[in-house]
Amino acid sequence: MSAWRSALGDGATIAQRNLIKVRRVPDLLVGTLISPIMFILLFVYVFGSAIPVPAGTSYAEFLVPGIFAQTVIFGATVTGSGLADDMQKGIIDRFRSLPIAPSAVLVGRTTSDVLTNVLVVLIMVVTGLVVGWRITTSPLEALAGFALLLLFAYACSWVMALVGLLVRSPEVFNNVSFIVIFPITFIANTFVPTQGFPTVLRVIADWNPVSAVTQASRDLFGNPSLAGGSDAWPLQHAALYTLIWSVVLVAVFLPLATRQFKRSAAR
Amino acid sequence: MADAVRARGLVKTYGRAGRGGGVTTALDGVDLDVPEGTVLGLLGPNGAGKTTTVRILTTLLVPDAGEAEVAGVDVLRDPQEVRRRIGVSGQYAAVDEYLTGFENLRMVGKLYHQGSRRASERARELLELFSLSDAADRPVKGYSGGMRRRLDLAGALVNDPPVLFLDEPTTGLDPRSRADMWELLQGMVRGGTTVVLTTQYLEEADLLADDIIVIDHGRAIARGTSDQLKAQVGGERVELVVDDATHLDEVRSLLAGVAVGAVEVEPHTRRLTAPVEGGAAVLVRLLAQLEERGVHLSDAGTRRPTMDDVFLTLTGKRTDEPSGTSDQKSGVTA
Repeated sequence: MSAWRSALGDGATIAQRNLIKVRRVPDLLVGTLISPIMFILLFVYVFGSAIPVPAGTSYAEFLVPGIFAQTVIFGATVTGSGLADDMQKGIIDRFRSLPIAPSAVLVGRTTSDVLTNVLVVLIMVVTGLVVGWRITTSPLEALAGFALLLLFAYACSWVMALVGLLVRSPEVFNNVSFIVIFPITFIANTFVPTQGFPTVLRVIADWNPVSAVTQASRDLFGNPSLAGGSDAWPLQHAALYTLIWSVVLVAVFLPLATRQFKRSAAR
Repeated sequence: MADAVRARGLVKTYGRAGRGGGVTTALDGVDLDVPEGTVLGLLGPNGAGKTTTVRILTTLLVPDAGEAEVAGVDVLRDPQEVRRRIGVSGQYAAVDEYLTGFENLRMVGKLYHQGSRRASERARELLELFSLSDAADRPVKGYSGGMRRRLDLAGALVNDPPVLFLDEPTTGLDPRSRADMWELLQGMVRGGTTVVLTTQYLEEADLLADDIIVIDHGRAIARGTSDQLKAQVGGERVELVVDDATHLDEVRSLLAGVAVGAVEVEPHTRRLTAPVEGGAAVLVRLLAQLEERGVHLSDAGTRRPTMDDVFLTLTGKRTDEPSGTSDQKSGVTA
């Protein structure tokens, strides 16, 4: 019990430290903030001009939840690069020599990154509203939509944590994560309807949790799916499927990342 | 007096057998005892096993064999309790660049579960003690190397630990910062803190340590007080500096005739050193002989052996040479 309290309390202290850093090195955050704005504008005005949309809806309404999903996942990569950075620097030895829970550094890292992601989502909401995206559901449903996005991003943070601890170099981590996350967020219903995909890609897209997060946000914000959506089970139960993925990712990667942290500590 | 640190048979190897790469033995059975309130200096070249020893004692590394107790607590069985009782300051300053000095120390205090208020008070106290008050609220990024080290050392003291581990606390510092650091450390030792210190600087071990263990190739090859170690390598040294480097060989053979050990030659400084018995009298005879041969000296004298001599005699190499080059006894002729 006290181990849990220590992990949370110490985690909060470390999260606070990470947030001070975000505040002091705003260029880090600016990169994270500018790219989703750029994505929204590019997609709405470049792709949006060529993608047929039924009367009464707009491509922006379809697109923005997809960009939300992609951006919070990229936001979660900060967990990996931040940890890799810490591993390279002396500060990690200070943490290891203190009587804190082995998971505290990871708990703190994932917490501060989900808080940063809240800020990122706010910026995107404003940008989305400017290009014509609207929420047509109740505030409660809308909140549930944002909560689901952040929860999924938080779960992704634990995957990133393990990878960051394994590669131990922020540069390598950034390259690897970009190469992996880009296709994962594109082979999905994020930017275009999947009906026109080749069959293999379409099946992958249907079961890709990124599609489910996007679909769940569309459902909860009252945004259109275009082309009638997909009747695959994960997309028919998008919120549930997202929840299952989030829980499983945390359940698997929290202990793995913690073990890796202890192990690299014991080298 | 009880021992604050006690270790038996510490072994640590890196790499795995049968995986292509060889196995490196970093530590090969090191024992040590540090009585409460004393300073132990671990002396040795790079890669000798000093840092590995400290990392094991500070719970950062698990040994392959052996046991250790720090401040009465078993390092392997209860590392968390050990962490509560020690302070660690490493070779590379373990501070966060983007935080201010104050924020760094307050964070450490909170992670020792001191509570926010106490942690802030303690941070200010330590900043004052380490003459960092003026820089307290500036990000560490702008600190000099010496300031970072002081802040790191302050971080090790946040919880007022009875046992302090310092891994090469002055490596890379300029002479002025080094002297400042020594003064700080001497103050702490007077306050009764037990200290385990690793260093490549003999002067540092000589000045700060009550007991010294010389480590090479993962083994303790000598231990004792600095006087005992010096006594082990014999009496006084005669030191000559010739004006003209072409005389080095001639003077070396002359010295070899009266030396009780190896004659050391440093060609670039034209300095020759040899242990002798009966210091001053030998020097006078040597000077007369050199005068006769027309060899001019720019300096001559006798001195007591330094820790450098101890090290050279014990390991066959200087302290700044890496541990791996033991076969080349550079500059020493038997």
